[in-house]
Amino acid sequence: MPREESQTVLDVVTYVQRHLDASLAYRFACRVGMCGSCAMTVNGQSRWTCRTHVSRVADDGRLEIAPLHNLPVVRDLVTDMTEFFDKWAKARGRFTGTRSRHEDFERVPPAGRREEVDAGIECIGCGVCYSACDVVSWNPDYAGPAALNRAWTLVQDVRDAATIERLRAVAGDAGAHACHTHMSCTERCPKQISPTAGIAGLKRAIAMAALKGEL
Amino acid sequence: MNARLRNDFRARNHPAYWAFLVHRLSGLALALFLPVHFWALGQALQGAARLETFLRWTDSPLVKFAEWGLVVLLAAHLTGGLRLLALEFLPWRDWQKSLAAVAGGLALIAGLAFALAL
Repeated sequence: MPREESQTVLDVVTYVQRHLDASLAYRFACRVGMCGSCAMTVNGQSRWTCRTHVSRVADDGRLEIAPLHNLPVVRDLVTDMTEFFDKWAKARGRFTGTRSRHEDFERVPPAGRREEVDAGIECIGCGVCYSACDVVSWNPDYAGPAALNRAWTLVQDVRDAATIERLRAVAGDAGAHACHTHMSCTERCPKQISPTAGIAGLKRAIAMAALKGEL
Repeated sequence: MNARLRNDFRARNHPAYWAFLVHRLSGLALALFLPVHFWALGQALQGAARLETFLRWTDSPLVKFAEWGLVVLLAAHLTGGLRLLALEFLPWRDWQKSLAAVAGGLALIAGLAFALAL
């Protein structure tokens, strides 16, 4: 494998596919850290490969590249991400507004709750957090960090009208309360999002709603 | 269903995971110790002399050392639990690693204080 300056792990995988083994299956699209499709594990840690420099992760000049963990492997470096995205839907990850196109825009104050939303919506859906999470391995029903982060951004969104249904969807042993606070998601997220922060927020919101008798 | 790969130590090697391990393992060890603790207290029911004999035995250096271990476990579990409460109930700050370090430091201070008082 020729070493080049600023070579990324995705460059390495592409070199293998083009020059050494044309049958190698892997996934990528944008190559600039926006689309979230090239995530794999590199030397045992989940990473976005297009923005991971070989020089930063090579262990003694060696790279062990494998598919994401906790997802069924389709072939080589490709995983089936169906369950990952199904869990977003299950956690009610869809915005539920109250206004129609005929009404005026809602004015949202940029400070406070909106700041938490802004942090969380940087998620590119790469699946690194899901792959890094041990609770996902231990509890196959667990929604996982990305779906819960998404739910948290909507709970904090002042325009959303389905908070209580969403809190119901993410409470309990398949939701926020299954988190063991390993913080592997926070440690590995390539966008520096902290799903653990969102999950802690969901737990507080669920507790408050339960105390008020809303759940 | 196709096979899924699982994480190994390389994925888990970061401070928050160590904090989880310390909390979980200290909790399990303390749970195992609890029956022994109750048994020891139960010696008092057999009369003062029986308890006295037992307490004399606990003065031996090896038992004292084990006791120190228990104090460290208890302190680690307590501070780890406080860390979790802070993480879950206080507004989020990005000082979680420092918090884990403070919890570990306080547990060691408790262990050191106990060792010095012996």
